[in-house]
Amino acid sequence: MTLWRRQILAIMRIDLRKTFFSRRGIWIWLLAFCPEIPMVAHWLFSGGGEHSGDTLGNDVQILAAIFQFFYLRVAIFFGCVGIFSNLFRGEMMDKSLHYYLLAPVRREVLVAGKFISGLAAAIVIFGGSTLLMFPAIFWHHGRELMSAYMFAGPGMSHLASYFAAAVLACVGYGSLFLASGVLFRNPLIPAAGLLIWESINGFLPALLKKISIIYWLQSICPIPMPAPKGTTGIASLLVIDIDPAPTHLAVINLVLIAAFVVVWAALRARRMEISYGAD
Amino acid sequence: MNDIVFDNVSKFYGEILGVNRVNLSIPPGVTSLVGPNGSGKTTLMNMIAGLLRPSRGRVVVCGVEPDDAERFFRMVGYSTQYDSFPRGLTGFEFVESYLRLYGFSAKDTKRLAWEAIDRVGLREASGRTTAGYSKGMRQRIRLAQAIAHRPRILVLDEPLNGLDPLARAETIALFQALAAEGSHVLISTHILHEVDLISDHVIMMNQGYVVAEGRIRGMRDEIAEHPMQVLIRCDKPEYLASRLFHENQVVEVRLHADRAGLLVRTKSADGFYKLLNHIALNGVQIESVAPADDDAQSVYEYLIGSEESTK
Repeated sequence: MTLWRRQILAIMRIDLRKTFFSRRGIWIWLLAFCPEIPMVAHWLFSGGGEHSGDTLGNDVQILAAIFQFFYLRVAIFFGCVGIFSNLFRGEMMDKSLHYYLLAPVRREVLVAGKFISGLAAAIVIFGGSTLLMFPAIFWHHGRELMSAYMFAGPGMSHLASYFAAAVLACVGYGSLFLASGVLFRNPLIPAAGLLIWESINGFLPALLKKISIIYWLQSICPIPMPAPKGTTGIASLLVIDIDPAPTHLAVINLVLIAAFVVVWAALRARRMEISYGAD
Repeated sequence: MNDIVFDNVSKFYGEILGVNRVNLSIPPGVTSLVGPNGSGKTTLMNMIAGLLRPSRGRVVVCGVEPDDAERFFRMVGYSTQYDSFPRGLTGFEFVESYLRLYGFSAKDTKRLAWEAIDRVGLREASGRTTAGYSKGMRQRIRLAQAIAHRPRILVLDEPLNGLDPLARAETIALFQALAAEGSHVLISTHILHEVDLISDHVIMMNQGYVVAEGRIRGMRDEIAEHPMQVLIRCDKPEYLASRLFHENQVVEVRLHADRAGLLVRTKSADGFYKLLNHIALNGVQIESVAPADDDAQSVYEYLIGSEESTK
C-alpha cells in the first residue's frame, strides 16, 4: 500500500473514533435520529388503519416534507457543521492539531484524510438515519402494503434517492465546513452566512439559485415539494419553488463543487501554521 | 549539512516581533535555549519543527526545508509546551496512533511505540487514558511520542517541567544518550543551573534577538565589562587578600563569609592564574581555585539581567 493511503487510513483511525465516540458528538447523533422519534410515536399511538387520512400516500408526502425541510436544511446542515468544522478548528481549539502537522504527511493528504473521515462518519450517521426513516414511517401500514410499495412500487427508488441526497448533502456541506474550519477562526460565522443563503434560495433568480447546495439536493429528491397554497411569513422562507435540474447533473455538480472546495482548502492548508495562542 | 541553520530569519505575528534577524548554526549535541518570557524561544523552536514559517529568511534542518514534509518531519521530533492530548486515548494509543502517520507497518508501529514508552519509563501506565496522568507522566508520554519515530532532531519545550527528581535525572540521561548517538537535542528551559549540567551549547535570547550562543565558557570570556570572579580556598585568606590588592589585574577582593576563602574579581583570568601560582610558591597553601561566574546563571544575568524572569 502506498504511503499516502496508509496515512489516510491512520488519519481515519484517529478521527472516526473522535466523531463516533466522543461525548461532544452526542448532539449530532440526536439530531440525525430525531425524525424517527415522531414517526415511531405516530406508529405507536395512531393505532394504524386508514382513519383520519393516515394513508401511505400521505406518509410519502410527510416523509418528503420532513426530509427536505428539516433533514437536509437543518439536521444534515448542522450535523456537518459539527463534524467537519471540528476536523481542523476543533483540533486547533483542543491544541492537538500539531500532532498531525508534525507527522510526515503532506497537507493535501491531511486534508483529504480528514475529509474522508468526516464523510465516512457523516454518511454512517445521516445515511443510516435516512435508511431507518422508511421502516419508521411506513411500518405501521403493514408488511404487505409496505412490500408492495417498496418492491412493486416506487419505494426502493425513493429510498435510493433519499439516501443519495443525504450522502451528497454530507459531501457538499461537509466540503464547505471543512474549508471554513481551515480558513476561519470561528467557522460558525461562515456557517450562519451559508444558512441564510440556503434559506433564501427559493427567492433568488434562477442563476443565483444554482449557486447553492440545497438547489442541487432538492433536484435529487424524488418528491417535489411545491409551496403549499397560502404559505406566508417565516414558513415561506423554507419553501422552494423548485425548478429541478436533471438528477445526473445535480450529482455531478455537487461532486464538482465539493472537489473544488476540498482542493482549495488543501492549498490553503499548505500555509497553515500553529498559533494556538492567537485562538 | 548536519546543522540546524537559521539564515537571517525573522518572524512577525502581524506587527508583533517573534524573532528578528536570527543567524544560527546549531551543531549536534544538547543545546539549551534560555531567555525570559516572550524572548522568542518557542517561536524559534516552532520554526525548527516546521510548525511556523519565517516571515523572512529560511530555516534548513540538516539540509532539508519544511516544504519537503515527507523527509523533514521524519527527522524532527517535537514535544511542545502544549499540555494537550486527543481525548479518550490511552498513553499507548496516543503514541501508536500518531506513529501510524509515518507509514510504518502495524507490527513496526507497535514495536517503536513500546520502545519509546519504555525509554521514558511509562510501560505500566501506558494502558490508562492520558486524562488520568499526572503532569510528569503527561510530560513523559509526550516525550515518548516525540522520540518514537527515532528523529535526528529532537526539539523539547520545557521538557523537565513537572518531573520529580528521579524522572528528571533519567530524562537528562536520556537526552545525553540521544546526543551521544549523534542527534540534535534542543531544549528550552528556565532552570539555569540545569543548563550547565545538560547542555553542550547554549543559545540566549531576549526580546526576539539571539544575544549570545556557543559554549558557556566561551560566552563568559567574551563579556569584558564584567570581570571574571574566582573563588579561592586557602589557609591565609587575609594575607592573600592583602597581596592581591596590589596587583593590576585584580579589580576587587572580598573575604568569603566563612573566612576560609576569597572572592576575587579579575580583568584577566589567565594573568591572574599565573600570579596565583607565584603567590602559592611563597607560603600560602591554596586548597582550591574555581571560577565563580562562568555558569549559565551568571552569563544570563550579565547579558539579559537578573531582573528578568527566565520564564
